[in-house]
Amino acid sequence: MAKFETPALKEYPEIPVVQPGAMAHSRPFVAAAGHQAALGFPGELVDDWQAVAIAKMGELLGKYRSLPVFLDSCVKCGACTDKCHYFLGTGDPKNMPVARQDLLRKVYRRYFTFAGKHFPKLVGAVDLSKEVLDDWYSYYHQCSECRRCSVFCPYGIDTAEITMAARDILDSVGQGQKYSNEIIGKVFKIGNNLGLPGPALEDTLEGLEEDVEDETGVAVRYPLDEAGAEVLLVTPSADFFAEPHVDGLIGYGKVFHQAGIRWTLSSYASEAANFGLFIGSYENMRKVALRIRKAALDLGVKRIVFGECGHAWRVAYSFLNTLAGPFDFLDPRYPVPQHIIEVTHDLIQRGALTLDKSANDDLRVTYHDSCNVARASRMGTMPGGQFVLPREVIKACCNHFYDMSPDTIHESTFCCGGGGGLLTDDLMELRVKGALPRMQALKEVVDKHGVTHMAAICAICKSQFSKVLPYYGFTRDQIVSVHQLVSNAIVLGSKQ
Amino acid sequence: MSIEVNGKTLQTDEEGYLADLNDWEPGVAEVMANVDGYELTENHWEVINFLREYYEEYQIAPAVRVLTKAIGKKLGKDKGNSKYLYELFPYGPAKQACKYAGLPKPTGCV
Repeated sequence: MAKFETPALKEYPEIPVVQPGAMAHSRPFVAAAGHQAALGFPGELVDDWQAVAIAKMGELLGKYRSLPVFLDSCVKCGACTDKCHYFLGTGDPKNMPVARQDLLRKVYRRYFTFAGKHFPKLVGAVDLSKEVLDDWYSYYHQCSECRRCSVFCPYGIDTAEITMAARDILDSVGQGQKYSNEIIGKVFKIGNNLGLPGPALEDTLEGLEEDVEDETGVAVRYPLDEAGAEVLLVTPSADFFAEPHVDGLIGYGKVFHQAGIRWTLSSYASEAANFGLFIGSYENMRKVALRIRKAALDLGVKRIVFGECGHAWRVAYSFLNTLAGPFDFLDPRYPVPQHIIEVTHDLIQRGALTLDKSANDDLRVTYHDSCNVARASRMGTMPGGQFVLPREVIKACCNHFYDMSPDTIHESTFCCGGGGGLLTDDLMELRVKGALPRMQALKEVVDKHGVTHMAAICAICKSQFSKVLPYYGFTRDQIVSVHQLVSNAIVLGSKQ
Repeated sequence: MSIEVNGKTLQTDEEGYLADLNDWEPGVAEVMANVDGYELTENHWEVINFLREYYEEYQIAPAVRVLTKAIGKKLGKDKGNSKYLYELFPYGPAKQACKYAGLPKPTGCV
């Protein structure tokens, strides 16, 4: 991997000097033919790629009403220019959201608008050349679809949807991204992003049961494929595999145990993540989502609960019903689906859990709002519940909680730098630089309040921060799962 | 891409992982480590051998917790943690050690 310089943390956040082409070299590995085939995409760049791409763009313009609206309505006001973490971290002007949109917009104008067809130069319309296609591949893989820019756009233009459309077009001409497409193929074949087969999952969960019993003396269960359970828990497969994710999974199990809720995981739907969203492919997103429906029906559960995964919650909260519904076979007294934070929050409200905050007294905690939870979903019943509930859960478990700067949290939260299908080693420079705004905000609370740990509810955020924190002088273990804090504080056994 | 091991040319993917798992031999780990600027010690081999055994049984690399527990049992409790594994494999036990062991790269949100 080419060497690069980690941006310096300054006393105050600074908008960088523009550096044209600074990230033009950044492009993830292209998917191999085998990875493409599993998703129904051509294996390599097709001969008539230009015609195929334009036809695909036409199809998407007809299918998604939002796309032509977003492409037509930008007035170049500039409000978005300094809002993207990748621009702030790299200074590359093509990482300004408006410029990223324009990569697609200029081609849209050429082929789909009167002015662009007849007077292209007047309206900045260009032909779809190989150079433009390569630019798409590079810069639409420098957007994590976090939607921060759309919060500040007076027209509400959602760059994420434009990125998704561009990636869908790229897939249709055989230029897919290896990381995302290989992973989706593994979900179809094995059931999860990791490629963790059922027997390995069973072995891992048995190991967890032993560990928790060794540590607490209580036999907390981590059940797999248990028909007749009340709750099906769908969680990112990283929760089985990585740290600090697994500490969150341990926490979910303790919550269910203590509440007396019979729950199960499924080896068939052993993945909450849905990378179909990232590549803008409705068909693939639907295929992944249908696995959850099938598992819920096969196991006869009454509720579906999602673990800590950011974009999974967007797909679940916003789209699950139309993708894989109706869910009329589930218990209507509970939200369909429900987030584990909602489950734990509700139990805390009702006094069903005993929490010993002092168990977390060695930690001073802040909370990173994950982009897809913050800007594309909700929790609980009130507006903004997705900001309130996780903080309430943390505060119920910790004595020391400090929020980061207001323009870096809630709906203005910054992406971790690895979302949207970019959490791959071949994009490490982009990931490190894109983390700059969050690292800057973290440093402020570290300096001001002595914060030691940052909690998150997204598997991508957790992995990304484990990797990039050391680049900024922090340590890898300063990122924790929210349910890890619950796990530390929860008092197991019969209620005192 | 490819690497040279004991006079044989072995294919790897873009990230340096063996293309064909059956090509693996101990020399593969040595060569890969040398490229990265490391010398493999007995402690590295404990991890690599465990990864290969686990993979043979389960067709996947072990979860970090499974690995730390197994290493703790073999080498003593003070080594049964991810801090120790990161000292051995600074780029992360899951990825770097898997690569040396000839296993496919763990994918997903890890």
